[in-house]
Amino acid sequence: MNSVIKGTSYVLVHTPDMVLHNGTTQTTERIVNPESEYLKEVPKHLRSFEDAVNYYPNQTYIGNLHPDELREVELPWYNKTMDGAKRYGKFGEIMPQEEFLLLVQASDMFEVVRLEKGFVESHKEAFMANPIISEDINARIHEGVELSEIENFVNNEDAEGLYHDGKLVGCVKRAHDIDSNLSAHVMHENLMSKASSVLALLYAVKNAGIRKEDVDYVVDCAEEACGDMNQRGGGNFAKAAAEVAGLVNATGSDLRGFCAAPTHAVIEAAALVKSGAYKTVIVTSGGCTAKLGMNGKDHLKKEIPILEDCLGGFAVVITENDGVSPEVNLDLLGRHSVGTGSAPQAVMTGLVISGLEKGGLKILDVDKYSPEMQNPDITVPAGAGDVPLANYKMIGALAAKRGEMTPKDLNDFVKNHGMIGWAPTQGHIPSGVPYIGFGIEDIKAGKVNKAMIIGKGSLFLGRMTNLFDGVSFIMQPNSGETEGGSFDKAEVKQLIAEALKDFAQNMLDKAE
Amino acid sequence: MAILEGKKAIIIGDRDGIPGPAIAECVNTAGADVVFSSTECFV
Amino acid sequence: MDLENQKRVKEFAEEFGPENLVVLLGAAEGEAAGLAAETVTAGDPTFAGPLTGVQLGLKVYHVCEPEIKAEFDEAVYDEQISMMEMVLDIDDIVSEMSAIRDEYTKY
Repeated sequence: MNSVIKGTSYVLVHTPDMVLHNGTTQTTERIVNPESEYLKEVPKHLRSFEDAVNYYPNQTYIGNLHPDELREVELPWYNKTMDGAKRYGKFGEIMPQEEFLLLVQASDMFEVVRLEKGFVESHKEAFMANPIISEDINARIHEGVELSEIENFVNNEDAEGLYHDGKLVGCVKRAHDIDSNLSAHVMHENLMSKASSVLALLYAVKNAGIRKEDVDYVVDCAEEACGDMNQRGGGNFAKAAAEVAGLVNATGSDLRGFCAAPTHAVIEAAALVKSGAYKTVIVTSGGCTAKLGMNGKDHLKKEIPILEDCLGGFAVVITENDGVSPEVNLDLLGRHSVGTGSAPQAVMTGLVISGLEKGGLKILDVDKYSPEMQNPDITVPAGAGDVPLANYKMIGALAAKRGEMTPKDLNDFVKNHGMIGWAPTQGHIPSGVPYIGFGIEDIKAGKVNKAMIIGKGSLFLGRMTNLFDGVSFIMQPNSGETEGGSFDKAEVKQLIAEALKDFAQNMLDKAE
Repeated sequence: MAILEGKKAIIIGDRDGIPGPAIAECVNTAGADVVFSSTECFV
Repeated sequence: MDLENQKRVKEFAEEFGPENLVVLLGAAEGEAAGLAAETVTAGDPTFAGPLTGVQLGLKVYHVCEPEIKAEFDEAVYDEQISMMEMVLDIDDIVSEMSAIRDEYTKY
């Protein structure tokens, strides 16, 4: 029996100060052009928390605005404010930087995070008032240290500064004096990923209506690596985040595959549950500080705010079939294999067609495609194009090449089978998975019958292979059967045996 | 006169446009020598 | 353009001579193609990479431009690239690329 997607969570963390201090576009600039005008301009073009909350695509990400409604809002979006925008949404929330820094401290198990006393004092109450933050997490908040101590770590011990409103309010210390894998920079990056994953896990448990103790296994599919000099990607973010989130019965592991990782992870989670290995698995990921302000130079040149100012996180809860939630169909998996090549049409054929053909399905049989759902408000001004639109055109072009439609139907295909992008450019975060939350609703409401989730990854960036990668799966309505709710095989055999026995007895009786 | 014949070709592909290896396949048919092929990613 | 790629382009120009090089782009958009073309002709417009202020003036084309496409084996082009013609705005790419070449290409 297919496993089901019982719930999801989507969270954003507004981290404007990390744009300047931790985004690689900015940190690279600081190395090559320390006196650059760009670095001076960045702080003036960062958005306030309110602006990030009121931003249409962010409201879609946390569940307050369906993608179909977002499409009706004319681009550009950065200069528009959504009426009725809220910090909290049905999938999660947009957490402000000051509260997130407290969550980061609570997620740190090695006392490498230090926050200034006054800062903790000012924001502790708001942090603890958040209903998703449980008592055990609250109890982990330290009272903080003197600013001079933090300054000393930053100035003399290579600590990575934590800033709020442009002021130093804390630091992440290095976890080893020599090992670069435990440097302050790496610890900072990993702790931000971990803490945003914790937030995603907390919402996922709540949204799926399960208990924390129900979770057997967690798969982390972020793009960071944690370990030391003897095992650089040793892991394990999944279990580390599960610990903070209080998933006491869970173990877990990390799955990596660039932006394709989330889709790989959901497939593997669904297989783990379907096989009976585990009953409840959560796929989770936190965000990526390196990508903050990635296209900031282009945004500034076009005189628009720096829109890449949020970390993204998400989680997907996979359980045994409950008779209600949408199923993951493991019979129709698409994949880009080693031999597929890198021609765009070969890639799309591998990702889309190879799965559909197993079920004798056509491209047009899938109601909604969710490839890479990057927000075009961010990518178009940066010269990176409208990524979801390009993907839809490729899928449509394939349908045209295969004679399912004519090239002039391409626009209709994009409109009917596609969506406009809304996810932040956080690499793995936009890749396929952002639609799963809305997909559950659309499928349950009968609006969508089959949705294909597609993950694509640029493996070549790791300089280990020139290959591309990607996988896809299909979400479909629940068949209505539940685990144990239908006859089990042994029971059926028993019934047949009894019927045959009665029949034989009847024959014998008659013969006598 | 041919643009590519006998030249050294440097390929800067794009993950969301045309990736490097796909371009290299084509360039090899035009008599140029591919000395470098890379694929960029903006997202 | 990626800083490492800029470094490699610069090295190849020194090794083989700029007149012997052709840069081929696969960018998804006219603007991105134009920026990459500008980088290998007039220098890095973002002032971040090794080609900042270096005017190599290299010959540069997008692979979907008609004069380059004409030099490829048709069957191979059809298999590797052709589908993208339905996806990309070729006119925009051609106009960006021609403008940069007219202004900056020396060879």
